[in-house]
Order: sequence, then C-alpha cells, then structure tokens
Amino acid sequence: MTRRTRIVIFLTAALGLAALFGWAFAGLPAFGNGSHVYAFLLNHVAVPERHTTNVVAAIVFDYRGFDTLGEEFILFTAVAGVVLLLRPVEREDPEDRGTTASDALRFVGVGMVGAGVLVGLWLIAFGYITPGGGFQGGVAVAAGAVLLYFVSNYSAFYPLGHVDGLDPVEALGAGGYAVIGAVALVSGLPFLANLLGPGSVGTLVSGGSIPFLNWASGIEVAAANLILFSEFIREYLHPARQDG
Amino acid sequence: MSYLPFAVAGWVCLIGLYGVATSRNLIHLALCLTVTQSSTYVLLLSVGYVRGGTAPIFKGVKLGTRAVDPVVQSLSLTDIVVSVTVLALILALGLDVFGAAKTVDPDEIAELQG
Repeated sequence: MTRRTRIVIFLTAALGLAALFGWAFAGLPAFGNGSHVYAFLLNHVAVPERHTTNVVAAIVFDYRGFDTLGEEFILFTAVAGVVLLLRPVEREDPEDRGTTASDALRFVGVGMVGAGVLVGLWLIAFGYITPGGGFQGGVAVAAGAVLLYFVSNYSAFYPLGHVDGLDPVEALGAGGYAVIGAVALVSGLPFLANLLGPGSVGTLVSGGSIPFLNWASGIEVAAANLILFSEFIREYLHPARQDG
Repeated sequence: MSYLPFAVAGWVCLIGLYGVATSRNLIHLALCLTVTQSSTYVLLLSVGYVRGGTAPIFKGVKLGTRAVDPVVQSLSLTDIVVSVTVLALILALGLDVFGAAKTVDPDEIAELQG
C-alpha cells in the first residue's frame, strides 16, 4: 500500500468517525449542565460514609477499589514487560556518561531531589484528605529521585534506581493491595470491603482501609516509575542492542 | 459553544490518529497514540463538568456544595496511569525493533520483514 492510498483510506475513515462523534456528542447533555446521579450521590455520601474528604480518592480506593486493583496489575505487568525487553545482555554497571552538570546546577538540583521526594510523600500521605493520592504522589517521588541522575551522575542514582532492589518494593506495593483486599475476605466480608472504622473526618485517621490501599499504590507507582526511568537510562548509557 | 469541549476531544482524537497513520518514526507514532489517548481525558472531564461546581474535595468546603463529577476524575486517573505504562512498553518494543531492523520507519520495517 502506498503512502498516498493509506492517507486517502485514513481520511475517509476519519470523516466517518468524525460524523459518529458529532452524532454522539449531540446526544450528550450540554457542557456543564449534566449531573449524573452516581456523581451526585457519591459527592453526598462519601464523606458521611467513609469520612474521606477527597471523594476522588474514596472512589479510587473504595467504591471502585476493585478497578484500581486491575490498574495496579496493568502497571505491574507493563513494567515487567519493559524490564524483560530491555534486559541487558550481560549485567554490568554502565560507565558514567553525561556528567555535564555544573557545580551550581548540582548544588540546587540535589536540594530539589529531597524537596521533590518530600512533596511526593506528602501527596501520598494526605491523598485521601486533600488533592493528591497514591498515584500522583508515587510519580512525584520517582520524579524527585530521578532528578538525582540529571543533576549528578549514574553512580549517584544507581543505588536508588537499581532494578534488583526496586522489584521487591514494587511487588510489595502491588501484592499489598491484593492482600488488603484478601484480609476483608478472610474476615467474612466481600473482597476489598472497607473493614476498619471510618475514623474522624479530615484527619489522617479516616477512611478505614483507604489509607493502606493508598500507601500500597503509592509505593507501587513510585517503584514502578523508578524502574522504568532506570531501565531507559541504562539503555541510553549502555545500549545492549548495538550488535543487533 | 456548549458543545465545544466535546468537539475539542473529538479533534484531539482524530489528529492523533492522523499522526499514527502517517508516521515515519516509531517514537513519533507512540507519541501520536498518546495524543489520541489524551482526548479521552478531555472527554471524561468535559462530561463531568458541572457549571459553577467546585473540586469534589470537601476539606474546608461545606458538604453538599455543588461539585464536579468525581467518578470521571477517578477514571481519568486510571486512564493516565495506563497510558504512561503502555507508552513505556511501546517505547521498549520500539528499541527492540530498532535493534532488529536498524530503522524506526514503520514502512521500511514492513518491507524488510516481507
């Protein structure tokens, strides 16, 4: 198929899809006017029921907690796939390259590593009270840690981004989520049922199982992202595929 | 005007697909796929928007205050996580393809493999 034919076929299909979009959107309530019953209900019952002031977190880790279990394992599987695909031919520490950061950049950057990781931990810790959560905070923790590579060099980042060390941590996060679900099952409740008392509204002791699930996913996301970063950095420093 | 956000979502989806169909580079292709996926965030959040609504977080906000849809927000969160991890997997596959075929142009790869 020539490039031209492909574009013609695509444009024809795209026109059809655009028409279907138009038809579908015309059937939606106008922007800003729709209020779904499910949303309305959750906005009113989540705080009284779960004492969790962040309703999004209550949905992610409780009302739709089973969904999040699936999501955790999508993340876990994808990271396992990346590690498998990028596995080095022989395991050796790549030599340092790209150590181009100036002293000033290093000085400020290393401070930002701590600040970034701390912001991430804070986002996880208070994720079910204020905006944030395990997923968002986990990414921030990993981003803070990977900054160490950019402002310093690979050997400084290596202890943090070593796959052998991070794999068990990631498994702990993903498995921990499932174990918390199974604990409910053992207690005679449905899988992932919220089994602890709701605690007091707006404090860290609120939401029952939500804080535990939140930390489990925070740990998993942070470890998973660090593994991804470190695999791609190692691939960049030490391409395993130069001989084909 | 009130349907503009939905139209934006549709446009972002189609422009991403156009990039996928015409791409000459696997990395560019992966990013175009991410653009397409981003249209789902725009659509989900537009569907959940309530005029004058606050964020669905009731810390310091009286319960019962008009708020936007929290369900679509949590769905977007799932969407973003899946998008990023799948992107990483696709890029890793792209590296493998480059190792085997010595090219990142999808057209040339098809010719090589026959």
